[in-house]
Amino acid sequence: MKKVLLSVLLGSAMSVAATASQADTLDDVKGKGDVTCGVSQGLPGFSNPDAQGNWTGLDVDFCKAVAAAVFGDADKAKFAPLSAKERFTALQSGEIDVLPRNTTWTMSRDTKLGLNFAGVNYYDGQGFMVRKSLGVSSALELDGASVCTNTGTTTELNVTDYYRSNNMELELVQFEKADEVVQAYDGGRCDVYTTDASGLYAQRLKLTNADDHIVLPEIISKEPLGPVVRQGDDKWFNINKWVLFAMVNAEELGVTQANVDEMKNSKNPSVRRLLGTEGAFGEALGLSNDWAYQVIKAVGNYGESFDRNVGPKTPLGIARGVNDLWSKGGLMYAPPIR
Amino acid sequence: MSDKSIAYVRTEMAPELPAPDNTHGPVAWMTHNLFSSIPHTILTLLGIYIIYQLSWPLLKFSFYDVAWTGEGREACAGKTGACWAYVRAYFSQFVYGRYPVAEYWRVDIVFAVGALGLIPALIPSVPYKRFNILFMLIAYPVMTFILLSGGNLSFEDYLVEYSILFVVIVAIGVAIAVATKSNPKPVVLTLGGIGIAIALILGIMSYDFGLTHVETDKWGGFLVTLVIAVTGIAASLPLGIALALGRRSNMPIIRLVSVIFIEFWRGVPLITVLFMSSVVLPLFLPEGVTFDKLLRALIGVALFSAAYMAEVVRGGLQAIPKGQYEGASALGLTFWQSTGLIIMPQALKLVIPGIVNTFIGLFKDTTLVLIIGLFDLLGQVQFSFTDAKWSTPNTSHTGYLFAAIVFWIFCFGMSRYSIFMENRLHTGHKR
Amino acid sequence: MAANSHANTDKPAEKGSIFNDPKVRGIVYQVALVSGLAYLVWSIIQNAARNLEKQNIASGFGFMDGTAGFAPNQSLIDVSAASTYGEIFIAGLLNTLLMAVIGIIFATIVGFIMGIARLSNNWVVSKIATVYIEIVRNIPLLLQIFFWYFAVLRALPHPKQSHVFLSEFYLNNRGFFMPKPIFGEGSELIGYALVAAIVGIFALINWAKKRQMETGKRFPVLWTSLALLFGLPLVAYFLSGMPVTFDHPVKTKFSLKGGMRVIPEFVGLLLALTIYTGAFIAEIVRAGILAVSHGQTEAAHALGLRNGPTLRLVIIPQAMRVIIPPLTSQYLNLTKNSSLAVAIAYPDIVSAGGTILNQTGQAIEVIGIWMIVYLSISLLISLFMNWYNRSIAMVER
Repeated sequence: MKKVLLSVLLGSAMSVAATASQADTLDDVKGKGDVTCGVSQGLPGFSNPDAQGNWTGLDVDFCKAVAAAVFGDADKAKFAPLSAKERFTALQSGEIDVLPRNTTWTMSRDTKLGLNFAGVNYYDGQGFMVRKSLGVSSALELDGASVCTNTGTTTELNVTDYYRSNNMELELVQFEKADEVVQAYDGGRCDVYTTDASGLYAQRLKLTNADDHIVLPEIISKEPLGPVVRQGDDKWFNINKWVLFAMVNAEELGVTQANVDEMKNSKNPSVRRLLGTEGAFGEALGLSNDWAYQVIKAVGNYGESFDRNVGPKTPLGIARGVNDLWSKGGLMYAPPIR
Repeated sequence: MSDKSIAYVRTEMAPELPAPDNTHGPVAWMTHNLFSSIPHTILTLLGIYIIYQLSWPLLKFSFYDVAWTGEGREACAGKTGACWAYVRAYFSQFVYGRYPVAEYWRVDIVFAVGALGLIPALIPSVPYKRFNILFMLIAYPVMTFILLSGGNLSFEDYLVEYSILFVVIVAIGVAIAVATKSNPKPVVLTLGGIGIAIALILGIMSYDFGLTHVETDKWGGFLVTLVIAVTGIAASLPLGIALALGRRSNMPIIRLVSVIFIEFWRGVPLITVLFMSSVVLPLFLPEGVTFDKLLRALIGVALFSAAYMAEVVRGGLQAIPKGQYEGASALGLTFWQSTGLIIMPQALKLVIPGIVNTFIGLFKDTTLVLIIGLFDLLGQVQFSFTDAKWSTPNTSHTGYLFAAIVFWIFCFGMSRYSIFMENRLHTGHKR
Repeated sequence: MAANSHANTDKPAEKGSIFNDPKVRGIVYQVALVSGLAYLVWSIIQNAARNLEKQNIASGFGFMDGTAGFAPNQSLIDVSAASTYGEIFIAGLLNTLLMAVIGIIFATIVGFIMGIARLSNNWVVSKIATVYIEIVRNIPLLLQIFFWYFAVLRALPHPKQSHVFLSEFYLNNRGFFMPKPIFGEGSELIGYALVAAIVGIFALINWAKKRQMETGKRFPVLWTSLALLFGLPLVAYFLSGMPVTFDHPVKTKFSLKGGMRVIPEFVGLLLALTIYTGAFIAEIVRAGILAVSHGQTEAAHALGLRNGPTLRLVIIPQAMRVIIPPLTSQYLNLTKNSSLAVAIAYPDIVSAGGTILNQTGQAIEVIGIWMIVYLSISLLISLFMNWYNRSIAMVER
């Protein structure tokens, strides 16, 4: 009663998303009719709004995939741009349902913050970007350099550790927002810009002359990025986990956005199980049996999503590398649907 | 008397001589105001040099070798002047943020009605002030809310709870009336009226007008600047009045609470308040109750400016002569009657310039919301720098210049208005 | 409040309800307010405790002993990545105070010059001051900070093409580098000499004042003071055998190393705060001077004082009484506005605290510390300015 009264009092001011209980996120999501995803405030390739407010990116595709799995409609995905500071509070307080916001999976976040990582949708690592004119070819030549980064992430700790372990000195300039880091680096305040390597490729696009800058080969940390959900709701956790797996499995089985309808008639039992023509795997998740079909119909398989958003043909131009399928020498490996 | 003329008295007017050269004319003005002494001459020359040093680059940047039109960075690359083409391309984003293009008309209506409602309210000689202000305070916010967000609040889900709350409050009112042996009827009428009015407003807000819902994270640009500044000032006014009265109350605890509240908010920077609203406020709410991010920032801004408003209103209250209070008491008016009918109308009129100045401060301070990731005008301008399509060395300077001009026009206009009101109000109270 | 008591006078027999007694009603209101507030605070604490428990965040200030793992690029105390969060906090606090103190000094100078200039008889000078005030006051401070920071940054050269002054001072987009004095053995004498010089100057001022009162003769206090202030330490420097050496900035691959350095973030923020607050102070100074009756100027001129001494000895001291209270609130504003440092990476307490907040998740504690720090600074400045105000207040006879 108290809670309801309070929400009425507060709610009379403006829109309040008063979700009655968080025990079952799937029911909440179905009740309100959309999946709210916490995304970045603008990181090309991962989650970036265009001038009309349409979001695109790898993380955005994941969110759309979840919406497609739940509702059969990718447009039911809603996006809440969050700063690095706010993201975990927003998830905890129920403001968002899932957080695909290029968030690094670390032990303390997984165990200490009451969060669960549903998987990894991009294997990343922290890198360095410098001006070509400096003539630097390795991060080990950066002793005494000024390093620009933004706060609220693991990057400032990684870079400090890296410099300390290599007995180098650094000047760390920490900004609140990524846009300001870009402006300061572009303005010559720093020699080095450090963040996740994928982020460097993305932010490089914002520089005045992207071609004047290179990303150094060294990767100084492991940054597995993936979607996060609240702890204690296994059903919702499973849905997010398996949406990701379904996208990877689809790539492995050769199911694409274009051929998904024909593939429904495929004789391959693995494909049939994936697309829901055989077995009742969707029901076990609390979804319809064609959940994975809807996912692939909406956003395609993992490889397609990667190529569309960050791949070599996009302005970011990132090679698949470790993010390729396990069968092609990468790390993307999904358990079978069986 | 005598017709005999006096020989030494002139009979015709002396011819008019021109004024001495050293008291009028541009040369005199210059010798007087610019070159009256050697130090002054040096100062003048130095001043002219400074003006040249500061304004020439600005003028050159704004008008010389600039790109007025163009479709991308090619239009501006290589030019030394401002990249106005970029401002043109981004103009609608600077005004509406990421608001859906098809729905721009809703924002336009809000701007237009706001301007139409505000202008007569600001000009002292236009009649129907009371009606006008009531419209701006009640009908306009409701309309704005429905148009901007799309309405459809789903108040009907809470109808039962609301009715219970309503009945309980009315019952308490009646109980107090009975206990004080006064007539319960006006109490019921007042409380009931307020309750039904609120229910009606919420009902209208919940009515489905067929407008698509636009989430607040799509709001941006000048729209957000205005929403925050106007809501902040509108919400802080009643709160500020209450706090100002509380600070002058005879009741020690109420006074203490008001003083602590006011001094607390006045003592901390707005940015920490905004961080608190974005990071800590969700922790203070019960599980499952969440607020929109913009709304959280609005709450922080409103509380913050309420403290400043309280001090402005208190200044007005202190300026009312004691005789007014005593006169009201002598007439047998209660505290609320004398405050509402005698003191406040005079005090508020006195502090209109102060309120406008607080509003200017708030208007400028709305830019801080960009630090917590909301896109006001400045935030939107800064965001646009990251568009590779327009990135040239002059883009950011052009963007900042544009934002500065917009803010300056609004703030300068308001400060002129405040001076105008000050002079107008001064006449009656000048001693 | 005690308005409707007259109704009772007609019928003294029927005693009014106890609620009609303003005293009782006052108590009821206050009890209601206190219980309402208590409930609010209680529910906030309850909710916060529950939410924190769910997030597994330990509340309390134990986290301050943890190793920070990062270090700010400007610090008055010696901190490194191995320092604790508490030490980083203190470094941030000192940076805030440094910015506040230097900003207040510069803003006051700019404000007084511009305020007086606006009242100047010289048309050009007064118009420059007017335009400066009207432009700067009406543009958001944050925009000005961005402008000064990013504009200054782009205007400065890369370290390889530094502007060099006197072959020891370097200016580039990494900051302003200068030699750093290192005080060797025996340099305490210089410190003592400095203290002695300051004490001497105070004594001199007193003595000169007394002498002027008695004999009417003036003593060149300013020049002698300056001579004392620089001369004594210089003499001590030579007497102690020149123990001070300098650490010169040396060019490295990327920038310069060693020496003392002013970072661009500091300069950008200081410029913006000085220019912004200076405009407000200028208006206050102008209002204060206008509040002094023109008769005072005329009387001073009649006594034979020239413009400078009139302003310094007659007008400003009287204007100060009007100026001090609003000036205090401008000083408070400047201090609070220095928190915008967070936008341009000047490592003040908000910026340092923000990083700590991100790493530890101790949001309530960090924001609590911010607020306590700013409230204390506000309180201290208010107390000092009130004391100063009392000391210069008009002595009523």
